[in-house]
Amino acid sequence: MRRFAALYTALDRSTATLDKRAAIAAYFRDTNPRDAAWALWLLAGGKLSGAGRKIAGNAELRAWIGDASGTPDWLVDESYAHVGDLAETLALLLDDPAQPDSEDLDLADWIEQRLLPVANTDEATRRAVIVGAWRQLPFDQRLVFNKLLTGALRVGASQRLVQQALAGLWGIDMALIAQRMLGDWSPTPAFFDRLRVAEALPGDRAQPYPFFLASPLEAEPVTLGAIEDWLLEWKWDGIRLQLIRRAGEIALWSRGEERLDGRFPELEAAAATLPQAAVIDGELLAWRAGEPAPLPFSALQTRIQRRKPGAKTLADTPVRLLAYDLLELDGVDLRETPLAERRARLAALLDAHSDARFMLSPRIEPADWAAAAALRDDARARNVEGLMLKRLASAYQSGRRRGDWWKWKVSPLTIDAVLLYAQAGHGRRSTLYTDYSFGVWDGDALVTVAKAYSGLDDTEIAELDRWIRAHTTERFGPVRSVQPLLVFELGFEAVNRSARHKSGIAVRFPRILRWRRDKPASEADRIETLRALAR
Amino acid sequence: MVSRSDLVVTRPQGLYCPRGDFYIDPWRPVPQAVITHGHADHARTGMGRYHCTRAGLPILQWRLGETQDYAAYGYGEAFTIGDARLSLHPAGHVLGSAQVRIEVDGEVWVVSGDYKRQHDPTCAPFETLRCDTFITEATFGLPVYRWPDTAEVAREIVAWRDECAARGETAILYAYSLGKAQRLLAELAPLTDQPAWLHGAMAAGVAIYRAAGIELLPTRAVADAPQGEQFPGALVIAPPSAAGSAWLRRFPRAQQAFASGWMRLRGNRRRRNVDRGFVVSDHADWPALLATVRATGATRVIATHGETSALVRALIDAGITTGVFATEYGDDADDRVPSS
Repeated sequence: MRRFAALYTALDRSTATLDKRAAIAAYFRDTNPRDAAWALWLLAGGKLSGAGRKIAGNAELRAWIGDASGTPDWLVDESYAHVGDLAETLALLLDDPAQPDSEDLDLADWIEQRLLPVANTDEATRRAVIVGAWRQLPFDQRLVFNKLLTGALRVGASQRLVQQALAGLWGIDMALIAQRMLGDWSPTPAFFDRLRVAEALPGDRAQPYPFFLASPLEAEPVTLGAIEDWLLEWKWDGIRLQLIRRAGEIALWSRGEERLDGRFPELEAAAATLPQAAVIDGELLAWRAGEPAPLPFSALQTRIQRRKPGAKTLADTPVRLLAYDLLELDGVDLRETPLAERRARLAALLDAHSDARFMLSPRIEPADWAAAAALRDDARARNVEGLMLKRLASAYQSGRRRGDWWKWKVSPLTIDAVLLYAQAGHGRRSTLYTDYSFGVWDGDALVTVAKAYSGLDDTEIAELDRWIRAHTTERFGPVRSVQPLLVFELGFEAVNRSARHKSGIAVRFPRILRWRRDKPASEADRIETLRALAR
Repeated sequence: MVSRSDLVVTRPQGLYCPRGDFYIDPWRPVPQAVITHGHADHARTGMGRYHCTRAGLPILQWRLGETQDYAAYGYGEAFTIGDARLSLHPAGHVLGSAQVRIEVDGEVWVVSGDYKRQHDPTCAPFETLRCDTFITEATFGLPVYRWPDTAEVAREIVAWRDECAARGETAILYAYSLGKAQRLLAELAPLTDQPAWLHGAMAAGVAIYRAAGIELLPTRAVADAPQGEQFPGALVIAPPSAAGSAWLRRFPRAQQAFASGWMRLRGNRRRRNVDRGFVVSDHADWPALLATVRATGATRVIATHGETSALVRALIDAGITTGVFATEYGDDADDRVPSS
């Protein structure tokens, strides 16, 4: 645990990518495979608790630390609200053990011998293990130990950075490591040993490729050069996925690295009849036959939640795949061939297949960038989010690399809404109130319609934090309600009707555009405005 | 809460003693001011007469000018203003810092000013005074604030400087220019022989501490370094306001750290955008606040600045009558959550 805590501290402290990578490489170079497998799994965002495995609930941890440190419950809550990070609060409320910890248990032993065996046991058993650890571990280790209990590590080391470090350490292709780390895997020494094999392994064939993601276009498109060098497509508002048909095996992978098998039987049926083995990158959309446009994203949500959709669901909300790209054909990795060629082969494959459930994402061919901008402005009417711009000569890279693929979204919808609640943020924003809830008028009451975390600069955040503290009307644990006085302009991508929200609507991707200091709360927007935009 | 016999009340000018007709650390001009210590939010210009400690006098002369009307007293020396009998006692905050003991007709009130209970080689240790009412600061009034041993932190600072040296980098340490910087130099003195470099704003305070006979690590002024000096492996001490300033261009390869009680929280360090945070505070941490209040035997406690609400509730739960004075203290660089 000492070494893993030291790695955590180094990553948490450093702001330099090179230093972080060096720290990661040094850790994995000198760590046994059991610990290394767990460390990798934790760095990749793995959580010990959850999914039917309870080690310690957040409420339990707060109660236990109160007892262990002699702090009343209200003061634990007050401290948590101040710090903004539960794992850190738990670590801060205790003094370090008087006797330095002489025995250093491996990370894997902590997890496999102490924590996992007590999962789902009675409270007293779980509590004894955890409070015992608190009494034994010094601050740095206590903090990491608590991070294991409260969720993901989130220590500012991206998967890509970890994979770069390992690729450098082992001298093997980073793409291979990335591919092997996709989807579910178990943090075992066997997995870790396989990860470092330079040659292709049989299991690699079931894995998807890491997705290549577009970056938001901030510059004018004219700066991209001649429009003829670019493939323009609609930016569809669905679920990005990779469809794999290899040697009789069919798999659907979401961008969240989740296998969607079984949820979309119509796509699996269509994949079974593909004339060649292939890996296709595309967008899943709910789209009824004969309709000119897809159903809104909210329709698709009803499908995602169903593990085994019934006949009615399949009939009401059929899905199709809009194919963007062909990553592999007959076992040959095409990712390094230019997009123009990959797309030509994709078109030929889909032509030969001739199944309406797989459709080539149409190429849009405006005469110039000005014409493209006009199409983008019209995007919302087509139920799309804007345009995708992909360089025809581009390879299929991995992650969000800038330069070749851009998303050029339509300007957001906006409303003026009133700040109603605030909660302390996390990480860099802990101890500051930075997570806000906003409302609009419904009659003479304000109804909450959006939560937003981003959009203000550091100066505005600090100013708003002071205002929130001075204008709090009530406190509910970490949340404060404030006097409804401040108005903010919020931007969002779309409004959907929603039975799950009290307001009856759900806004997509809300963020703060600016602080409307010029507007009193009475001039904020009304719920009718949002309802009229809903679809 | 206010009763007729209250020895200290709040007025728009500051904390006021009606029986003595004087103020303590007032924020607006008044004829008679008793000053607990030299930080800018406690010692302001424009007062008629300044009552202070002899040990703190050079600091006030530096910050407020030599020509003010000063009355300086030794620690524990009794003096009278109006009907009140006063004495100043060590607060352990910075050189010359004092608690103000006020006695009228056998009733005793103590105004703590800022204080700490940790060892500090640069000032006299906090003296516990029995009193009826204790007016306490509460800068770090939450139980997450618990200070590590400062000597241990000093060793971490040396280790960090050595890490920087191994990489050919300068170690720039931000510390408040009155008190914190000198305390660090005193704590570092037994651990290293390598001089520290000082930002120009540090010179006067360091000279005053040296003149008081306090042993500090040898120092050199950055301004005196030869043109083109890049300070590899050097420890440089600068005020927090130097962060992000043009002055930093003197150090092409550097790491930055901040020494403050606020560094106990990772979020504060990240927001400051420094590489390292060293937890060193000249204020009382939570356990020290509670222990001090208990040790005074006070039956009534009034909190002045900082995280007062949690401290007030904890003391009320402990059966102590507790209130809050709204003050204008705590807008010192060191007393504020850093939010740059």
